[in-house]
Amino acid sequence: MVLYWKYLTILFKSQLQYRTSFWLLTAGQFLVPFAVFAGMYFLFQRFGQIEGWTFYEVALCFGIIHVAFSLGECLARGFDAFSSLVIGGDFDRILVRPRSTVLQVLGSKFEFTRVGRLVQGIFVLIWAVTHISVDWNIAKAVTLLLMIGCGVLIFSGIFILAATMCFWTVQGLEVANIFTDGGREMAQYPLQIYEKWVKVFFTFIIPFGCVNYLPLLFILDKTNGSSIGYMLAPLAGAIFILPCLAIWHVGVRHYRSTGS
Amino acid sequence: MRAYISVGKLRFINGLQYRSAAFAGIATQFFWGFIIIMIYKAFFSQNDPLRMTSISLDQLVSYVWLQQAFITFIVLWFRDAEIFQLITTGNIAYELCRPCAIYEYWYVKLLATRLASALLRCFPILIAAFALPQPYRMENPPSFVSFALFAVTLCMGLLLLVSISMFIYISVFWTMSPVGSTLMIGAFGEFMAGLIIPVPLMPEWLQKIAYSLPFRWTADFPFRVYSGQIPAHDAAWGILVQLVWLVVLVTLGKMLMNKALRQVVVQGG
Repeated sequence: MVLYWKYLTILFKSQLQYRTSFWLLTAGQFLVPFAVFAGMYFLFQRFGQIEGWTFYEVALCFGIIHVAFSLGECLARGFDAFSSLVIGGDFDRILVRPRSTVLQVLGSKFEFTRVGRLVQGIFVLIWAVTHISVDWNIAKAVTLLLMIGCGVLIFSGIFILAATMCFWTVQGLEVANIFTDGGREMAQYPLQIYEKWVKVFFTFIIPFGCVNYLPLLFILDKTNGSSIGYMLAPLAGAIFILPCLAIWHVGVRHYRSTGS
Repeated sequence: MRAYISVGKLRFINGLQYRSAAFAGIATQFFWGFIIIMIYKAFFSQNDPLRMTSISLDQLVSYVWLQQAFITFIVLWFRDAEIFQLITTGNIAYELCRPCAIYEYWYVKLLATRLASALLRCFPILIAAFALPQPYRMENPPSFVSFALFAVTLCMGLLLLVSISMFIYISVFWTMSPVGSTLMIGAFGEFMAGLIIPVPLMPEWLQKIAYSLPFRWTADFPFRVYSGQIPAHDAAWGILVQLVWLVVLVTLGKMLMNKALRQVVVQGG
């Protein structure tokens, strides 16, 4: 943990060296999801609601998934850029150090400019929380935090999984974008509106539904029956990261240096 | 002129090499298209949606699939890292020694890359989109005229888009770092082009802004011509507008480029 913190401070200082570029990038990172959110707002302005969901309810959904995604992307950025480590043969250096590989790859990159996206997500989240007609209590607040925390774990898990593929393919796999960017786009609307195969896939294989849709039902009082299951659904989603880490370790054992 | 054609040809062939990248792109685009259509379908599922929009779900479906198939014709983030490097590393000096005008040279290069990439991607997506079950299936254009007009407007849109993207490259002469400015211009331009939500679904006041900017002529316009949402008569006039924008933007781009080149500082040695 101390080591990770040290990695972060070094990276933060190095990125601040290019100040204008840093701020421009942060602003840009803010604008991109903002445009998406604006699009959603205009759609609701025109249509009023989507299958019984009001704008603020969907905005809450949007805010949660974007905060989770940006945190996940910040943290696991090292895995996202992992193919360059393998191609350059730099992964060898990591292997010979007496620290865990996961930690070192995590610390190899940290994109502070993604804070722009995070800020945007937090804005939407606060806006939604203050406008939505829900009586907040401790249980609901805890659920909200759980949703974000476990969402971060899922996104990190996907990044790790995609990086692990590099051990076999060397090249980075663009297909993983379907599950990170695509998953994010998909999960910003409640899962209810999609076709069955999408619902099943994103609940049981990649459990976005567990961190987003199911607990949201509890927060919005749309559940019937026991609510504890809905509340704890995020934890079930978080289990997703365990097999990802396991596959990572298998991959590390398979690693053959490209060297140069 | 011959030199530009051969540059374009080379780039085009070079672009065709990236087949696995295109394959990954196709999978992503396909998934993306599905998700977006499902969202629109849900919005349209309430009573009498046509009261609220001037565009029908079928037309939207065609719009989305065309957008996904021709994604490299219409997005601004699709860019040539090589040109950025030329400027920031100082290798621009070599480019300047070439016996051809740099604006035209880059223009052809960018055009060819986009063409090659679109050629690899569009057919699998379109074929699949035509074969899908309802309501995801893409409809044929209502008449041959609208199809022909679509083809013309799409090509004009591509020319227009490349001339817009040239401004991003030129801006790097001043900012020296491409990422920030591309992201900002890209986010704004793509929104105004109707890539986030189609222009007919925007509120009135925003539609007015979008119609007065060049971006929507690159994507929104040809896609609506295809489904006949813009009637043939208006489309023919639209081609004229596209032409005017193209002339204005290319002239402006050349002027800025000359200005940038006059004060260019060759970075590094």
